Amino acid sequence: MPGKSSRAAFGEALLDLGAKDERIVTLDADLSKSTMTAKFAKTYPGRAFNVGIAESTMIGMAAGLALSGRVPFACSFACFLVGRFETIRVSVAYSQAPVKLVGTHVGVAIGEDGYTQMGLEDIACLRSLPNIPIVQPADEIEAKQAIAWAVEYPGPVYLRLTRQNLENVHQAGFRFQFGRAEVLRPGTDVSILATGGPLWNALEAAKRLESEGIQAEVLNVATIKPLDEETILRSAGKTGHVVTVEDHSVSGGLGGAVAEMLSEVMPTPLRKLAVSGFGESGDQKGLYAKHGLDAAGIAGSVKKFLSR
Amino acid sequence: MTKADLGQLQQIARESRVQIIRMLAHGGSGHPGGSLSVIDILTVLYFSRMRYDAKHPLWEDRDRLVLSKGHCVPAQYVCMARAGYFPESALLTLRKLGSPLQGHPDRVALPGIEAATGSLGQGLSISVGMALGLKLAGKSARVYCIVGDGEIQEGQVWEAAMSGPKVGAPDHSLDNLCVILDYNGIQLDDHVKKVLDIEPIVDKWKAFNWAVIEIDGHDLGQIEKALDQAEAIHGKPVFIVAHTVKGKGVSFMEDNPEWHGKAPSPAEAVRAVREILGLPPNGGEPPAWAASILAELAAMEKK
Repeated sequence: MPGKSSRAAFGEALLDLGAKDERIVTLDADLSKSTMTAKFAKTYPGRAFNVGIAESTMIGMAAGLALSGRVPFACSFACFLVGRFETIRVSVAYSQAPVKLVGTHVGVAIGEDGYTQMGLEDIACLRSLPNIPIVQPADEIEAKQAIAWAVEYPGPVYLRLTRQNLENVHQAGFRFQFGRAEVLRPGTDVSILATGGPLWNALEAAKRLESEGIQAEVLNVATIKPLDEETILRSAGKTGHVVTVEDHSVSGGLGGAVAEMLSEVMPTPLRKLAVSGFGESGDQKGLYAKHGLDAAGIAGSVKKFLSR
Repeated sequence: MTKADLGQLQQIARESRVQIIRMLAHGGSGHPGGSLSVIDILTVLYFSRMRYDAKHPLWEDRDRLVLSKGHCVPAQYVCMARAGYFPESALLTLRKLGSPLQGHPDRVALPGIEAATGSLGQGLSISVGMALGLKLAGKSARVYCIVGDGEIQEGQVWEAAMSGPKVGAPDHSLDNLCVILDYNGIQLDDHVKKVLDIEPIVDKWKAFNWAVIEIDGHDLGQIEKALDQAEAIHGKPVFIVAHTVKGKGVSFMEDNPEWHGKAPSPAEAVRAVREILGLPPNGGEPPAWAASILAELAAMEKK
């Protein structure tokens, strides 16, 4: 069943959480209608701050608010937010200010707006900082729980949210566990580790592969940092082949994180499916097809990888 | 803090200047020029103005100080040691491996530092957020933010300058925020006027709707008075333009870009300390507390 975007789930979760927790405040840089904090701002006008198109100062202010006891969500498109990397690096990370960084509009899936609005390097940048966990929920249900978790987490956090609607891969009773990867579909021949937008396509690809006699295990890696080494190693040890799938640059994202970990702990043949080069304008389906992130592309890459 | 008299504050500032020179000579690197230009402002803040509890650095109602020009943190360390945050002996660990006295401020390593700074341009945004957070929490604590003149060439400062008077207003106007510009006229490469002039500075901040006060940043009485005025202003944040001299108190460092980021040699440190104490180049009778420092620096010179 088609579900909501994780940014829409974020907006709804904030309303609920904000009613219970007065510490929650939002900061936006003129994109509150897009980051979906606008309803929160309407409901709690005294706790929502739109700083204008000034992301650096938004992040710095969030640090100051966090260091004086608030729980600030600093929200923008992922590229604009993480583009102010130096402010995140010093004002948030090094100061250990428990800011909740929310980057929306991630990946080529945003489509028509083109490369300048696409968050494609955010995981790579933030992964290099020692103390910012990175969480990318797979669907609406997981997004709402991840946001509730972020409120309680005592340090800074990065939440990576989509513009596009996401198919629900979880049931209503699902419980998000920070730091845990989750086996959505068991298999024996290849481990597909997917995160965010293209996770659904990975599950669809697994169905296609099954009809061709390949049993793919599909994992939802919602926590990209820290990686759930135990679950990933168990799966990789069983299948002997790992494919990562993400709507992010092929450098430094989930694929990079998994490659770094496996190569040190248990070298395993690995194929990274992600975005190469810059993004461009187009429709989401066309862009996913172009970058091999649709079901057909993922299934094709897995077959080629296994038969190499 | 109860208000100290100006004579006491002058003595504290003089001793602090000596300690700054001593620390940098031991550390072998650091920024004397800006530390000496900002020390009078910090002396008044720490010993006559701010409410804090050095034994409980995270006391919720404390006033906050964000030294946005983080490279001048030796001046702050000297004040913090005197205030009781850590023993004075730790000053000599500045910039050494394992020391909480990092080359630039680290709030995690050293409780009492409110934010990591040193990547210039960030401290004002943090201070705006802190002032807002304190207002939202119903606290009466104040936030002091010290910025450098070269620093305000950073774009993020002007984002924060636009936000300061607007964000939170009118219910939570940030009249608990007081920014002080240490206007010593020199940045790393050269005089600010030659690199990128920031004038007309008063007009700029007024145009951004801040209350602006202009003072001599080495006149302790003027600093006190300006901080009193700032506390009396309601409905907007305050920007104090403090005209200072880089390297103030040491003739060969004063107004000289060479001394932005270079530690004095032991011999230079001895010269500097004697000047700060008002002693002739040779002879004279230093006070007991300074005699041991001079002896220590002279011993370093012989090594």
